[in-house]
Amino acid sequence: VKPDWRSHLPRLEDLAREHGLSWSPVIFEAVPDSFMTEIAVYGLPVRMPHWSFGARYIYQLLQRHMGYSRLFEVVFPGNPGRAYVASSNGLADNVLVAAHVLGHADFSKNNLLFRRSQEQVSEHIIEHAASHARQIERDIEAHGFNAVERVLDAALSLEQYIDIDCGLRREPYPEYEPPPPPASDDAFRSRFATLAGDDKAAPQSRRIRAPLPPHPEKDLLWFIATYAPDMENWERDIFLAVRAESFYFYPVYATQTMNEGWASYWHARLLREADFIAQDTYLDAIKCHSDVVRPVAAEEQIALAVNPYHLGFTLWEEIIKEGGIDAARQIVREDDDFSFLRNHLTRERAAEMGLFRYQKQANGPVKVLSEDIDELREAILKDKYNFGAPRVSVAEVRSNGTLVLEHHSDIDKRGLDTDCAKKVLEYVAHVWRRPVVLKTIDAASKTVEVSTTPAAA
Amino acid sequence: MTPDPPGSEPYGTAYAAAQAVNDWYELFSRGSRDWLRHSEKIREAVRDHLPQIVSGSDIISDGARTVRVPVRMLEHYRFRLRTDTEPQGVGQGAAKPGDLLGPANAGSKPGGKGAGGTERGGAELLLEFKVNDIIEWLWEELKLPNLQPRVGQSEEAEWKREGWDRRGARSRLDRRRSLKEAVKRRALEPSAPSFIDEDLRFRQLTRRRQPALRAAVFFLLDVSASMTDADRQLAKTFFFWVAAGLRREYRSLDIVFVAHTTDAWEFGESDFFKVAGSGGTVASAGLRKVTEIMQARFDPATCNVYLFYASDGDNAMDDREPARAALDGIAKLARYSGYVEITSGLRSTQSETARLFDELGRSGSLGGRCSIKDPNDVVAAVRHFFTLESQSAATGAAPGSEP
Repeated sequence: VKPDWRSHLPRLEDLAREHGLSWSPVIFEAVPDSFMTEIAVYGLPVRMPHWSFGARYIYQLLQRHMGYSRLFEVVFPGNPGRAYVASSNGLADNVLVAAHVLGHADFSKNNLLFRRSQEQVSEHIIEHAASHARQIERDIEAHGFNAVERVLDAALSLEQYIDIDCGLRREPYPEYEPPPPPASDDAFRSRFATLAGDDKAAPQSRRIRAPLPPHPEKDLLWFIATYAPDMENWERDIFLAVRAESFYFYPVYATQTMNEGWASYWHARLLREADFIAQDTYLDAIKCHSDVVRPVAAEEQIALAVNPYHLGFTLWEEIIKEGGIDAARQIVREDDDFSFLRNHLTRERAAEMGLFRYQKQANGPVKVLSEDIDELREAILKDKYNFGAPRVSVAEVRSNGTLVLEHHSDIDKRGLDTDCAKKVLEYVAHVWRRPVVLKTIDAASKTVEVSTTPAAA
Repeated sequence: MTPDPPGSEPYGTAYAAAQAVNDWYELFSRGSRDWLRHSEKIREAVRDHLPQIVSGSDIISDGARTVRVPVRMLEHYRFRLRTDTEPQGVGQGAAKPGDLLGPANAGSKPGGKGAGGTERGGAELLLEFKVNDIIEWLWEELKLPNLQPRVGQSEEAEWKREGWDRRGARSRLDRRRSLKEAVKRRALEPSAPSFIDEDLRFRQLTRRRQPALRAAVFFLLDVSASMTDADRQLAKTFFFWVAAGLRREYRSLDIVFVAHTTDAWEFGESDFFKVAGSGGTVASAGLRKVTEIMQARFDPATCNVYLFYASDGDNAMDDREPARAALDGIAKLARYSGYVEITSGLRSTQSETARLFDELGRSGSLGGRCSIKDPNDVVAAVRHFFTLESQSAATGAAPGSEP
């Protein structure tokens, strides 16, 4: 009888608990490979329909078909968490996956970013996203497929534009400028007030309408859903649904290195210590482990990318070796990838891992750049801000309703692709229903404006 | 909004779903559903680029029923930075500062070759379109210009729906009507059974005779030496789509295929699309051949006759008068005479043949011309002759409609 990997679960858990891991319950489910691919493409097992997912899905199927990569598991944190494992996984794969999932479950239960997002969005993201999808099906029935698709075109193209620091539930800005602070009640003022004089009333303090937005607004989805002049309510709801899902995705994105590293550390350690697992299963699992955390493809000497599994795994091993598990657990609770790499990717560790910066030369070879640990860290982190999207915020709404977006080319160091930006503006203008303008810079660092007006309905 | 988390904890804290694999997953794929929508959008987009599809020359030669068109996957746009010509990144492995890594050992990234496509993930697809679909798109709202019903011996029978009967085939049962009958009956007799056989009503068909819109279309192609292979291909592409569209639009339609050099021959359809020739150009030879066939086989009194002539416009100098006479003869019989000038070479002045057709317009007969420079013009040419506007006498003969 082939032993079922599930039979190992209770004992793996006991072992994990002995090491102090704690997690919310996890539901495991074995699903076909095609479904695994869908989960990877949609980000969620059930999600709103959109043609762009279809395009990515086929692309992924092709990649899989050519054997480029394979998905073993996808975990959705929550209470309970849900883990989907590929039904094509072998026994050893699944033993490894089970231990790996426990690591993820511990991480997402304890990490601050995850805790906050689950508090704000939902502990049951799968049901939550499914209810969004159902609502959108109802919208399609009520308003027609094309109308809904155009709103999704806009909302999903701005998917990355949320402001994690302002939180999911936000009040609109105050309509008026705050009144000037009352004059302080010092001795001079009270004496001055008692002086005789013409009894002129204090100047009536006028309320001044606050500019919209009062500061550059990063959360484009929220801003449009809240301030679009003629948006229908169901359209606003679609924007807010996409936005809620982005809030859910954010911690997964912003802790990828830590989280995958932590899960890899624990699957390796739990398996090493699990004497109840047969030797051949253990060897197969460890082989699988080393495939996952290997920095450079087997037949290559050098990779022009960093494997986050390897980077995270190596750092956790070092941190636990030097500081013990308790220190590591505190890092799990408090950090994200930004602080994790800045604090713990030291020069020595980077050198040991053979990390280097490079620059591709136009039509030439790739040049390895000088060693500089600060620049190296920032180079790894540079695509992690804001889901890796260029920084664009709302600058103002003009009196004729024109929405003015501004690209912060000073931070991104380059301008936007204007053809592409124009298409995005066309999506946005459809829901904003007024002209939309975007400022960025061209190749010569000169400010350029891209603008569009909504097509007549 | 969210359901309760599933019950107690059967296996400690982590537990596996009871069913190993949900059958449901195999039955429904959201990825495929959204992929179908993507393909639909691509088809819509391709439809707007009809000229490129239509010019695919292999359609004519091998009589294919489908055309393959390479298309890029649609991109769902997001803000992105301008392409960096010298992007920086972080890598891993045995490399020292200052090392130059050749492309050979830098190539660990998948997706470079094969169906994987370009860097932006815009894979290229080969979409197959049914020729019939393309004809459908191309011929939407296109009609033979100036078509008039000509009542002759040719009437055609058509089945029309007319009236109801109490008996008939089940397939013609009119449920709505039957229900009405039941309601009527019960209005008189409230206690009657709700539905009986006598309530049933079936739609009836009758045969009606209708005057036919009979039409004959002549395709005349110049295959003289001055027409290069590419020129002939352009002309044939034009004829191919016109023939296909006309066949779809009109049931009783004859198409006559004639090619000429200094002499002229009638061809069958498949031979016509393969024909090549050599020698000089005498347009009148072709035009006379057309007149001959017209008089022998199609009576202009009962039939709408059309001529479409494709040539590079080089006609023998001494053929000017005979050609004019022949064309005038045809114009008297034909509803419309169109000329397609193939100008893949450079030409600035008005050609011999173009002048003939322009004069035709000025003299009040219906005629027009249009030129095709490259494959992308074929659709425009088809539209030029078969849009509703060219049905009116005024624009049909607009002189110099193509400067």
